[in-house]
Amino acid sequence: MYDVIVIGGGVAGCLILRELSKYDGIKSLLLESCDDVATGASRANSGIVHAGFDCKPGTLKAKFNVEGHAMYPSLMEELDVPYKMTGSLVVAPEDGRAGIEELYEKGIKNGVKVEIIGRTRILEIEPNVADDISLALYAPEAGVVSPYKLTIAAADNAVQNGAEIRTEETVIKIEKTAFGYKVLTEKGSSYECKLLINSAGENAVDINAMLDDEQYETEHRRGDYFVLDKKEIGNISTVLFPLPDHRGKGILVAPTADGNVIYGPTSILSEKGDTEVTLQGLDQIREGLAKTYKAASFRNVIRLFSGMRSAVGNDFIIKESEKNRGYIMLLGICSPGLTSSPSIAKYVVEELVSRHFKLGKKQSFLPLPKHKKIAKLDAREINALVEENPLWGRVVCRCETVSEAEIVNAIHSPLKAVTVDAVKRRVRAGMGRCQGGFCMPSVIKIISRELGIPLTAVKKGGAGSEIAKEQIGVNKK
Amino acid sequence: MNGYDVAVIGGGPAGMAAALSASAEGARVVVLERNVFLGGILMQCIHNGFGLHYFKEELTGPEYAERFVKKVLADKNIDVMTDTMVLSVSEDKTIVAINPEKGCFSLKPASIVLAMGCRERPGGAIQLCGGRPCGVYTAGAAQRIVNIEGYKIGKRAVILGSGDIGLIMTRRMIFEGAQVECVCEIMPYSSGLKRNIVQCLNDFNVPLYFSTTVTRIVGKDKLEGVYIASVDERMRPIKETERFVECDTLLLSVGLIPENDLIATLNIDMDGVTSGAVVNERRETSMPGIFSAGNVLHVHDLVDNVSVEAETAGKYAALHAKGGYEKSSGTIKISASSGVRYALPQAVSDSAKNVEIFFRVGNVYKNTVLKVTSGGKLLKKKRCRILLPGEMEKITVDLTDLPEKSIELSLEI
Repeated sequence: MYDVIVIGGGVAGCLILRELSKYDGIKSLLLESCDDVATGASRANSGIVHAGFDCKPGTLKAKFNVEGHAMYPSLMEELDVPYKMTGSLVVAPEDGRAGIEELYEKGIKNGVKVEIIGRTRILEIEPNVADDISLALYAPEAGVVSPYKLTIAAADNAVQNGAEIRTEETVIKIEKTAFGYKVLTEKGSSYECKLLINSAGENAVDINAMLDDEQYETEHRRGDYFVLDKKEIGNISTVLFPLPDHRGKGILVAPTADGNVIYGPTSILSEKGDTEVTLQGLDQIREGLAKTYKAASFRNVIRLFSGMRSAVGNDFIIKESEKNRGYIMLLGICSPGLTSSPSIAKYVVEELVSRHFKLGKKQSFLPLPKHKKIAKLDAREINALVEENPLWGRVVCRCETVSEAEIVNAIHSPLKAVTVDAVKRRVRAGMGRCQGGFCMPSVIKIISRELGIPLTAVKKGGAGSEIAKEQIGVNKK
Repeated sequence: MNGYDVAVIGGGPAGMAAALSASAEGARVVVLERNVFLGGILMQCIHNGFGLHYFKEELTGPEYAERFVKKVLADKNIDVMTDTMVLSVSEDKTIVAINPEKGCFSLKPASIVLAMGCRERPGGAIQLCGGRPCGVYTAGAAQRIVNIEGYKIGKRAVILGSGDIGLIMTRRMIFEGAQVECVCEIMPYSSGLKRNIVQCLNDFNVPLYFSTTVTRIVGKDKLEGVYIASVDERMRPIKETERFVECDTLLLSVGLIPENDLIATLNIDMDGVTSGAVVNERRETSMPGIFSAGNVLHVHDLVDNVSVEAETAGKYAALHAKGGYEKSSGTIKISASSGVRYALPQAVSDSAKNVEIFFRVGNVYKNTVLKVTSGGKLLKKKRCRILLPGEMEKITVDLTDLPEKSIELSLEI
């Protein structure tokens, strides 16, 4: 029997689990349908820590965005997650003045540090804006973060502090019990809990349906992106947005927290689960980008991806069900969901979970140890590590300079990394310009060795994604 | 750790040939190889066809490599450090490297030979649309899993790109029991060797579709198939021609990129066409004492040419270290135009007499004439029955009595 079960290992779910793990006597479990956390919207988004000027004042989005934003600098330090306060610019030509002023007003109402600046100031901040850009809303405290690393760090820190995570557990049925809920999964497992938290992202409304709770429509919008080689990082230092429209915040160009550059996203009405990049989407990005940014270059593209924003109405829905006592739902956590998640997690635990449990903070909450990376260390520091373990001296991923020891550590982190993609999200092996062409064969061998599983059992990530299918020349008899 | 005349970065065919020729000139040489064995990509090229020019016999990749490996290991002037990654090279020729045994260390040789080879262009770089499932690999990565690790990767494959590795892997997949549906090539011609098209596709009845590309990858976790379509002159897919091909493997052979990231921060002149350094006839870059050879300089189709090129680089790297060759008083620029994509070396010193110029064409040209001119004066004319983008050509030019300090290679088209 668990006190709390969280369904869904996205950024909100994992931060909630971590928040729960700060309290004494709360036994909590997170169920995730994929083989790792951060495999849905939390792995595929712009990674922007929004300042909070474009949320409608008075909404939950405005509240959690602004509060969440304020939590980032210290939380990212605590969780050792790549984060940079880059500032953001919403740029427009002269005819966009009314739009910029409207955003400014909203920003002021939301209590966000914003100012309207003219072309001269814009060029000082971002020399590569398009020629007809004449004004901008500048939010100096906006930033960028690695969204999957944040999710993973939260998960690791929660597990380190006693929370449990079960991956590859797809919830198919939920039954009410005398104490709370019984959660049944596709594999045939069942887990009982007193309190159930639904942070299932694009599937959240389906969980509601399992409980015969309030029904909502989800609007799924797919966003396509280009990822560029780190060579491009010199061209852009802030997040550059156009004026937003009804579809979202528009096509941006931004540095990523890890030092790449992204162009995107589109906002294409789609279906749940669709993460296919389309040619039309890429064309839209090219066109959209031309309006704000003149250094767009597609020569150094290394990767395409797309992610899903699942909106339920215009605002977040974060509440305990009126119908089902002890069932807390988080619906429509799309943009600015990433920015908001730290404050959503705090709110869910301190305001909603606390109604059911007497919460007392642990004396001994363990901090997440800092990840060592040879790419960030000097020769003396590296040599001290190599002395202890020679694997620090073997570079497996040449593009991102990742040592074998880093990969081994990732595999054995509190939430084990069991797939190639899971390793990639943790240490960046395979995220560089060769996209794993060189290191992937080595990574599968390291995973196989460390987990003691055959090479044929090592997956890229996801069901049926084994890479090495069958050993050649081995007599099966 | 100092005291080396020449440091060779990379222990593949280029690095080994450079090391041996540097040693032959009496240099103390160190080879820095990131893999645990010497030989580079040749070690996974278990097919034959290597060495026809250099050794006048037909060898497999590992056999070709082995002949150099033995000599390198037996050479007392050459130290080999495997499992060693070079992290940086600075203008004063300080090399910082790392390995599990020594940790981080630095070297300061008098000369450096860059022999890091090339990498494969990934799917993202060609803006391949659709999902990102398991089953999509660059051909070289697949080749390593099949040939080095010894595992099958799929049963039904589509190959995108008709580069040599893609062609070789087509046959390799068939040998391992897979069915290869087709090879799609976006260009109207192949960038692979003619002999590979014959021996790897035609002999196995695998269709090669020109002006055709993959428009969409289908599958979320594992590959279910791909959509392929013909492309128009602007290389945009023609919607009406799009069709689905079921497969569990998509191999990409869509280009090789010389891996020059190590010298990106150095002020070395680069060639925008080859993506390698600009070199003279000694294969010396614009930074004196830094030489470049093999696929890091320009992508070769035959390893035999790599060996010869690297011997030149190694020899002059040794001579540079010993102060043994005269600095030229000026240079003659070599350029390419009208159908010739690039010519290499890009410059020669004006003391050179006869120089061998390697070049590649940008399209298929039949019954054409290659002209070498200088300031309007025709130096040499060569009738060519067929020139293919996939096959590197060479021509020897006499450089005495040039009207200008530049020569140009062009096709009569």
